[in-house]
Amino acid sequence: MSVPYAKLPAWVDYGLIPLINLAVAFAVAGLVVLAVGESPVRAAGLMIQGAFGYGEGIGFTLYYATNFIFTGLAVAVAFHCGLFNIGGEGQAYVAGLGVALPCLWLDQFAPWYLVFLAAIVGSALAGAAWALIPGWLQAKRGSHVVITTIMFNFIASSLMVYVLVDVLKPAGSMAPQTRAFAESGQLPRLDWMFSWAGVDMGGAPFNLSFLLALVMAGVVWAVIWRTRLGYEIRTMGHSPRAAAYAGIRQSRIIIITMMMSGALAGMMALNPIMGDQHRMQLDFVGGAGFVGIAVALMGRSHPVGIVPAAILFGMLYQGGAEISFEMPQISRDMITIIQGLVILFAGALENMFRPAITAFFATLGGARADKSIAAAE
Amino acid sequence: MNDIAIELKGIDKKFGLVHANKNINLSVRKGTIHGIIGENGAGKSTLMSILYGFYQADTGDIFVDGRKTVIRDPNAAIAAGIGMVHQHFMLVENFTVLENIMLGAEESQILNAGITKARQELKRLEEEYELEVDPDAIIEELPVGLQQRVEILKALYRGAEILILDEPTGVLTPAEADHLFRILEQLKDQGKTILLITHKLREIMAVTDEVSVMRRGEMVATRTTAETSVEELAELMVGRRVLLHVEKGPASPGDVLLSVENLTVRDSRGVDMVRNVSFNVRAGEIVGIAGVAGNGQSELLQAISGIRRAVTGKVLLQGEPIHVTGKADPSDLRHRGLAHVPEDRQHMGLVLKFDESENSILGYHDDPKYLKGMFLDIDAIRNDAADKIEKYDIRPPNPRLKTANFSGGNQQKIVLAREMERDPAVLVIGQPTRGVDVGAIEFIHKRIIEMRDAGKAVLLVSVELDEIRSLADRVLVMFDGRIVGERAPDTSEGELGLLMAGVEDTKEAAQ
Repeated sequence: MSVPYAKLPAWVDYGLIPLINLAVAFAVAGLVVLAVGESPVRAAGLMIQGAFGYGEGIGFTLYYATNFIFTGLAVAVAFHCGLFNIGGEGQAYVAGLGVALPCLWLDQFAPWYLVFLAAIVGSALAGAAWALIPGWLQAKRGSHVVITTIMFNFIASSLMVYVLVDVLKPAGSMAPQTRAFAESGQLPRLDWMFSWAGVDMGGAPFNLSFLLALVMAGVVWAVIWRTRLGYEIRTMGHSPRAAAYAGIRQSRIIIITMMMSGALAGMMALNPIMGDQHRMQLDFVGGAGFVGIAVALMGRSHPVGIVPAAILFGMLYQGGAEISFEMPQISRDMITIIQGLVILFAGALENMFRPAITAFFATLGGARADKSIAAAE
Repeated sequence: MNDIAIELKGIDKKFGLVHANKNINLSVRKGTIHGIIGENGAGKSTLMSILYGFYQADTGDIFVDGRKTVIRDPNAAIAAGIGMVHQHFMLVENFTVLENIMLGAEESQILNAGITKARQELKRLEEEYELEVDPDAIIEELPVGLQQRVEILKALYRGAEILILDEPTGVLTPAEADHLFRILEQLKDQGKTILLITHKLREIMAVTDEVSVMRRGEMVATRTTAETSVEELAELMVGRRVLLHVEKGPASPGDVLLSVENLTVRDSRGVDMVRNVSFNVRAGEIVGIAGVAGNGQSELLQAISGIRRAVTGKVLLQGEPIHVTGKADPSDLRHRGLAHVPEDRQHMGLVLKFDESENSILGYHDDPKYLKGMFLDIDAIRNDAADKIEKYDIRPPNPRLKTANFSGGNQQKIVLAREMERDPAVLVIGQPTRGVDVGAIEFIHKRIIEMRDAGKAVLLVSVELDEIRSLADRVLVMFDGRIVGERAPDTSEGELGLLMAGVEDTKEAAQ
């Protein structure tokens, strides 16, 4: 064969390449830290210490990771169908209504688990509904989802300002937020998990929605790889022509996939609203929808990759906050730059080092094949 | 010496294992129309791409006007005075005629001076060659015949002395084609040299001065058009090939299982690719559709199998109508006993990134035997795939291997196993052995005969004439979207070749 089919071993594809990307991202981030006159080594130490060094830090890291698991899964599901849903931000934002309204209605008389159940259904439905319109436009009118979902982020943003300021804000309050929920509108924290390990979680808002996120990771795996619907979604994503040949109804699959994606993004709203602030505030999503894109890319659109990638980004959020606290030279904006670098190298430039690594392994493989031929002679 | 416009010496080109051009020698006299004919895959387009700088020859030299010329890219070809009119036009659809003609020859960043100059030059060219086009018309609003004229003007504007036309009449109506030929004559009278690539013998006879025939990568003959005949060219084109040996008893046709009536199919450009086609396929017979690729066979297959919508016409499957002009659904047709092996197995018949077992259910994934409720029954799917692997000798025998890692022949066997094992009433097959190794070809042919002997109606489309002749019980020849004739499979290659090239009155011509 003139062109050997270069297939990378799985450990390289799923282990080595993400690690190299991450190492380069941190190296460049280190140069940025050096440029402002601080020690990159100390900054790295602070970040790891801040994210994993003590109970409360771990709690916050996992709290942020919960958001990113939901939004990462949302982006991944759409990827499998060949769709690029960058509207997770807006879908999660609108889904805040699906969480807050059941809480506001039910928290006076229903037990917390019923409120939680209603909020899960509400957030998924609201997120799905917000993704349905771009999905429908893509399927029936060919309007590209990248354009429509990003526009829907802006619409969601304005809509929620209106709702919070003019509809849901209690009379006489100055803050654009709902009233605080009663106890049954609050999710139990997972301190008991920490107590088992003998660690004190302190005031971290790590809560039940993390377990829901893990369950959803399992559900996404099962739906994509083990159901007929998932089979049709993947066929569409890999080859629309094969889908047409197989008689798969393309517009139906596009709409269903976008709604599933929106539902997952929407469930992210449970974590900050019911798990932490116990009220709905302005901008509670805080960019998690966009981080989900990087998480999905880094996790190769597979739940097993998405969960650790989400925890990594949780670490950047929590550890980054710690650095800016300890190192006055490094402002919060610097932390955003470092997070951006990780997104750039691990997400957007995910394939930058792949050709070189593939070539390297091809020569290795070639050398091995030559040897075996020589041995056979 | 100087009356040779182009001379090719020893041009050789390989693509991997495919030897596209084998030691080609060709000389084209200045001020003539020189035709190059050959079947699809004979190497005509490769040769012209080398001449126009899209590819580099592995070995061999090109001489333009007697001077050795290295043509690294199309710019070098244009500088050497070679212009090309592509089969698929290279025009910016929402630009005007003038803008398209200037494209790449703007001369400066500010367009005004260029526009004025181009407008004058265009006017001169139009007058000189009678190539009238409104310079301010938008390309996409022009009919294809005029779009092609713009392509020719574009080449002339760049000072082309040698014009290559690749299958120029493929998209034209007969009247437009006649007009094109008059233009070519005019250009010839002005001293231009024209290379006309086509598979249509009528055109060769009508306009060329000399003609060269290519077959399987080789230049087999060059003739003076006035001294040759359609029969000789057809025979040179298809060659005398040994019939592949296929064990086959006589057919015993039964009821009509597939009936196509007055089917017309239009492609996305609005060109009628299938024109008013009617035929029947009976149980227990193989009907072969012969023809050079691009004469509507693909669109015919896609319309019958419900993938592409037809404009008019009726198709009956086991006596029941298929809604071909509306919502014919491929998965519904499968349930009604129509199996389809598509021409393009890599993009349509298979998902290369899926593992083998996942592809073995494509299109049948709604069958309850592969499902447990809403979940896929992975064990059932893999066992089923393993059975097919054994029965069809698919190698390597691993249902969990990614499909891209199978060879072409084994990929085709995956598709065949999937479609044939459903025990369909009607089997529609496109290009069953394209890109398939010799060993697998024999196996695939045997299976197709077995399907026929089991009483299935088989519709076979192939551009391999010898495949059609060895498998089919009846041969229909398709040309320019129409069925131009029906022949017995033992009809001579020459006669079929004539039909494939659009010469319809072969009964007379053959005498």
